[in-house]
Amino acid sequence: MADKIHVNTTINDTEVDFLCESRQSLLEVLRDVLGMTGTKEGCNDGNCGACTVYFDGRIVDSCCVLGVEAQGSTILTIEGVASPDGLHPLQQAFLEEAALQCGICTPGFIVAAKSLLEREPDADEARIRHWLAGNLCRCTGYDKIIRAVLKAGEVMNQGGDARKATTAAGAGATDQRDVYND
Amino acid sequence: MQEFEYVAPNNLEDAIKLMAEKGPKAKILAGGTDVLVQMRGGRFQIDRLVNVNNIPELNQFSCSEADGLTLGAAVPCCEIYEDQTIQKLYPGLVDSASLIGGIQIQGRATVGGNLCNAAPSGDNIPSLIVQEAVAIVAGPNGRRNIPVEEFCSGPGRNVLQDGEILVAIHIPAPKANYGAHFLRFIPRNEMDIAVANSAASVLLDDSKQHIVSGRIAIGSVGPTVIFAKDASALLAGKEANEATIEEVAEATKKAASPINDMRGTIDQRIHLVGVLTKRALRTAISRAREG
Repeated sequence: MADKIHVNTTINDTEVDFLCESRQSLLEVLRDVLGMTGTKEGCNDGNCGACTVYFDGRIVDSCCVLGVEAQGSTILTIEGVASPDGLHPLQQAFLEEAALQCGICTPGFIVAAKSLLEREPDADEARIRHWLAGNLCRCTGYDKIIRAVLKAGEVMNQGGDARKATTAAGAGATDQRDVYND
Repeated sequence: MQEFEYVAPNNLEDAIKLMAEKGPKAKILAGGTDVLVQMRGGRFQIDRLVNVNNIPELNQFSCSEADGLTLGAAVPCCEIYEDQTIQKLYPGLVDSASLIGGIQIQGRATVGGNLCNAAPSGDNIPSLIVQEAVAIVAGPNGRRNIPVEEFCSGPGRNVLQDGEILVAIHIPAPKANYGAHFLRFIPRNEMDIAVANSAASVLLDDSKQHIVSGRIAIGSVGPTVIFAKDASALLAGKEANEATIEEVAEATKKAASPINDMRGTIDQRIHLVGVLTKRALRTAISRAREG
């Protein structure tokens, strides 16, 4: 077996040390070395966005980053999106809008959408569709995902509680909210 | 993925030495969006991967009206299209840098890597050629400058010798009455490889009615991106009107030598190159008139 390299990095605000082979992608390190399986493997060649994480403040496909490149960097994964107080508005909106079916693409969509809404909380549908072009979903047909992101953007503008959203995007979501959360 | 030695030198001299020691068995890692995928796919076997992201000269850019743009080879696309000075002075480069891949890819993928990867469809390459960009290369025998139109030697091949590294790309300072534009055709809205692409640049005279000189480059219609020299030469001295645009687009189609493949047919690609070149010229001319 090849020599392993010691890497020191910060993941979800926690300093992390790990050993990995040079050939292991950041995605493999997250899932197989660190056991953080929230980040998903889809295509493993930079097309589908299922493995999206923040890498030094920008979103990247973690299948196209080496684990050893994480030395000294700051990473955010889906596991770092919710807070101890509850789900992130995006996560809440995905539930309420039923914006997932099989769920494999969901962590990537939420991490990618988070990076957009943090920059542009007023992003409109066209902008959201453009920003999420690097995330593929084979179940939903995208409309529910776009509605959820629009709703989360509105919630974030209102101060963060998904239950206060009253947009057209959120209309009809009441039943699902009850099912999932009460 | 195969095993390899990973090194991350923090200066150019060390990187050249590390590359030269292994010759063709060494590759550069910048954005990784091509090289890591190719290694995983078994396209080549290497002994050493040299990460250049810690080398200052490759990771910075300077852009000014007086000195033009000097773009470190490892600067990612997003930093290019987000920079307001580049947006103002080089909209033709922003056209291509902002449509490669999705946001995740643009956060890592580099213009330098796009050039070195030498894909016939590489979207930044026509933009660079029409803007008279020069590749600044450093190697064991010193530095040399290579016009971008001479950089790619075949599909996936370039003229770099063992140990040579693309350090930066320089685009000359923009002139008055100058405009450039790039566009491509893909069947989707985003995230695809060009069926055909085209870039055009024009320099107008002070009346803004006549073309002093211009360049056209086309991609995905040959083994490398093609600098359409004959069509470009036709631009000089012509009126900047639809008749000229038609004539030059027809001449550009003659420079194309595409193949049939899953993305498109020969006929479709030649037709597309004509349409795209017309549109690229129209926008280049209107940008030249505004600028």
